[in-house]
Amino acid sequence: MLKLRDLWGRFSAHLVLLLGAAIMLFPVYIAFVGASWDSATIGRGLMPLSPGPYLVTNLLRAWNVGSGEKIVSVPVRIMLANSLIVAICVAVGKIVAAALTAYAVVYFRFPFQNFFFWSILITLMLPLEVRIFPSYKVASDLRLLNSYLGLTLPLMVSATGTLVLRGAFRSIPRELLDAAQVDGAGPLRCFWQIVLPVVRPNLAALFVILFIYGWNQYLWPLLITTDPKMQTIVIGIVRMLGISEALVDWELVMATAVLAMTLPVLVVIFMQRWLIKGLTETEK
Amino acid sequence: MKPQPVFRNKYLPYLLVLPQLVITGIFFFWPAGVALYQSVLRTDPFGLRSKFVGLANFMRLFSDPYYLHSVKLSFWFSFLVTFLAMGLALLFAVMANKRIRGTRIYRTLFVWPYAVAPATAAVLWVFLFQPQIGLLGRGLKLIGINWNYYLNATQAIALVILVSVWKQISYNFIFFLAGLQSIPQSLIEAAAVDGASSRRIFWRIVFPLLSPTTFFLLIMNLNYAFFETFGVIDALTKGGPAKATETLSYKVYVDGMLNLNIGSSAAQSVILLAVVILLTAFQFKYVERRVHYA
Repeated sequence: MLKLRDLWGRFSAHLVLLLGAAIMLFPVYIAFVGASWDSATIGRGLMPLSPGPYLVTNLLRAWNVGSGEKIVSVPVRIMLANSLIVAICVAVGKIVAAALTAYAVVYFRFPFQNFFFWSILITLMLPLEVRIFPSYKVASDLRLLNSYLGLTLPLMVSATGTLVLRGAFRSIPRELLDAAQVDGAGPLRCFWQIVLPVVRPNLAALFVILFIYGWNQYLWPLLITTDPKMQTIVIGIVRMLGISEALVDWELVMATAVLAMTLPVLVVIFMQRWLIKGLTETEK
Repeated sequence: MKPQPVFRNKYLPYLLVLPQLVITGIFFFWPAGVALYQSVLRTDPFGLRSKFVGLANFMRLFSDPYYLHSVKLSFWFSFLVTFLAMGLALLFAVMANKRIRGTRIYRTLFVWPYAVAPATAAVLWVFLFQPQIGLLGRGLKLIGINWNYYLNATQAIALVILVSVWKQISYNFIFFLAGLQSIPQSLIEAAAVDGASSRRIFWRIVFPLLSPTTFFLLIMNLNYAFFETFGVIDALTKGGPAKATETLSYKVYVDGMLNLNIGSSAAQSVILLAVVILLTAFQFKYVERRVHYA
């Protein structure tokens, strides 16, 4: 009797999980199918549930040209390159700025220290939506529109990064640094050769989180890029939908969607351990 | 107990905090200050002249039926997204935490959407629910539903909620699974030996022990529903039809960037700021409590 209940429990767990996983995967599968048919089949509402013969053609067209019969766009490879540049710059920039600040706060005592720390921490509370027009104005006054600097710099402040690294630095045994100091190592050398290597797992976790954060930005790139050549992929793909959805080359949009998701999804799948560790150990 | 500083250096620490401080100053405090300042001004449409109007921008907002509609919508929307995304994620996490085969594969199958941008997720679902060519859109029509989210407000809101929930499940799943894994198995086994049903074990033991995770996620999900769903709305409905999906953060954008109604947009920003401060205050209070329990 007990065994039967146990068996049923496992069976229902598999059932729920498979159903859930299928719902998660379904739109992506359909995107693949959509990317493998031609404009006419999809446009007439005749697309079947199985893949067609044009996947490679459509992917290549999106990658190299980006424009179809009805939509005019930039080659997807340019938008992907923009996204990659933005994601890496944001992740690296945030980590560097956060690490320097955390190092100063943990290992030095100086006037206004707490004031500095709190003024960075308070940015946790100021999402872009809260200061959208003035931020745009500042960026435009500084001539940062349509530039990588404008796309990345405002996203580089990270209160979370500073908090995480402050915690990590504090857990490093003092003896390690005292010993290095006795050996004549200065603060910068200690930073580079002792502190950073010790917190490498935290840096990896932060990098995954921030890379995805940078790649998935929407509102800020939307404001700051008017030149299609500067668009990130997330902006570009939404623009491809255009105003009237009757005028969309769906097979190209879906090919673009597939290309847009590939890199971040691979990063998340392969660095899953770091991601989970980073999220659950730092955000709480 | 404060640890002694390791280094003595007069200028170096300032140099170290400088990069972050400069960016924070230019892109956070300056714009936030400007938003506060503009919220009490009224600027003519050409941006040439502005005059001090006190709280008039705020008063106008609270007597504006569109704004009140947006407030109501945002709260309902955020509540539903939070409830559904957390409920489903909890269900999947509980199942994935059982002693069954393939848990690692299941974990990956639920974690990967974390990588998908909200706007990209919206594009995927548009392809499914587009009334003329979408697979599910056509399916709904076949079973007699007059599906057209471009015209039907309820359908538009439902679709925005669906996409926002789909996108957020993976984030919640990660936290719930981690939370479940930290609950000692022996506790659950002991209750099972005592003859407690699995439902009772869940509600009496597991769920209360999960409450720190749940509370943290509650704040994060409300925050997500309020702000990060911007991309979903912009890709799906652009706030339409007839402002039916214009949440507070989307309205700030429409009024400020598209209609150039800067005073009103700034006032809305300040109100949103108050919402964020409230959420953050809750979170900090919770963090303190957590320290107590730990």
